[in-house]
Amino acid sequence: MPVLVVAVMVALAIITAGPSETVTVLPSADGHVGTVVVQRGETKQVLHQAYATSNSGQAEVTVISAGAVQSTYGKALHALPAAPATFLLYFVTGTDELTDESKLELDKVLSAMRTRPLPDVLVIGHTDTVGDPDNNDRLSAQRAETVKGFLVGVGIPAERIRTAGRGERELLVPTGDDVDEPRNRRVEINVR
Amino acid sequence: MRATLAVVLFSFSAAALAADAGEIKVVQGSAHIERGTARLPVKVGMPVQEADRVVTGADGTVGITFADNSLLSIGPSSSFAIDRYVFDSTTHAGKFDSTLSKGTLAVVSGKMVKQSPDAMRVHTPSAIMGVRGTDFVVKVTDH
Repeated sequence: MPVLVVAVMVALAIITAGPSETVTVLPSADGHVGTVVVQRGETKQVLHQAYATSNSGQAEVTVISAGAVQSTYGKALHALPAAPATFLLYFVTGTDELTDESKLELDKVLSAMRTRPLPDVLVIGHTDTVGDPDNNDRLSAQRAETVKGFLVGVGIPAERIRTAGRGERELLVPTGDDVDEPRNRRVEINVR
Repeated sequence: MRATLAVVLFSFSAAALAADAGEIKVVQGSAHIERGTARLPVKVGMPVQEADRVVTGADGTVGITFADNSLLSIGPSSSFAIDRYVFDSTTHAGKFDSTLSKGTLAVVSGKMVKQSPDAMRVHTPSAIMGVRGTDFVVKVTDH
């Protein structure tokens, strides 16, 4: 057997021995395509277009079809959890009473919860800068608890809902002290 | 009084947000988690931690939502380990290293990658994937 053929066979054996991997970048739900940098020893491949694929043992980046992705990864992709959803609800000044608009928004929060088999919910209360900071800590915690109470009332298990009060520390709209700003009187609800 | 309340609020949020790396959201077929010497059946709602290994059977798939909103799912006949998971819910800084030893993995990156582009890396036996805010899939084949 010629030496060259033996050398090629040895090289192939080295390349194909052990595990190999393939990586494909996908467009996200909103169409955005980010970047994956694949590092193998000293070589680096940058994937930054939809369906760009890096295979171990191949110097070139290839592009595969959406159908090929489905046939290899369909089961894994099907098991991806629902994307976390965030909602903002607003309050009447100085109170833990929701504005009329935000009462309607609660329906959207509930439907996000119903599409998840076991949702976990984080409710974070905030205030504007009217009043003193200690009172606002209490008011923000009260707002979060009020929303939690509502969610428990419609059947979400209490142990799946965590609450926190951030007072006037995290203003959505930056203002000076003692400014009545409706957009800062809010709770943020994260449903996952 | 103000200092006391601030401490209470801080410790509450730290305890509430930093406890686990993530939570199992989807399970189909056979799957278990290796945690130390324990072998735990995977259930929806179960927390996952740093150093856990998720192993799926030929019919098994598992979906996990992490604290930073990264979503990962593991296909059939796969073995996936969480090597390191750190996430600060206030600054969104973090580190997420994981390894797919075999099988298939789908990833939707979360908040920590937006904060610092090199925060998340997926390892395979012969490569390291650095993630810059994207969805991607990985397959490791054993020869």
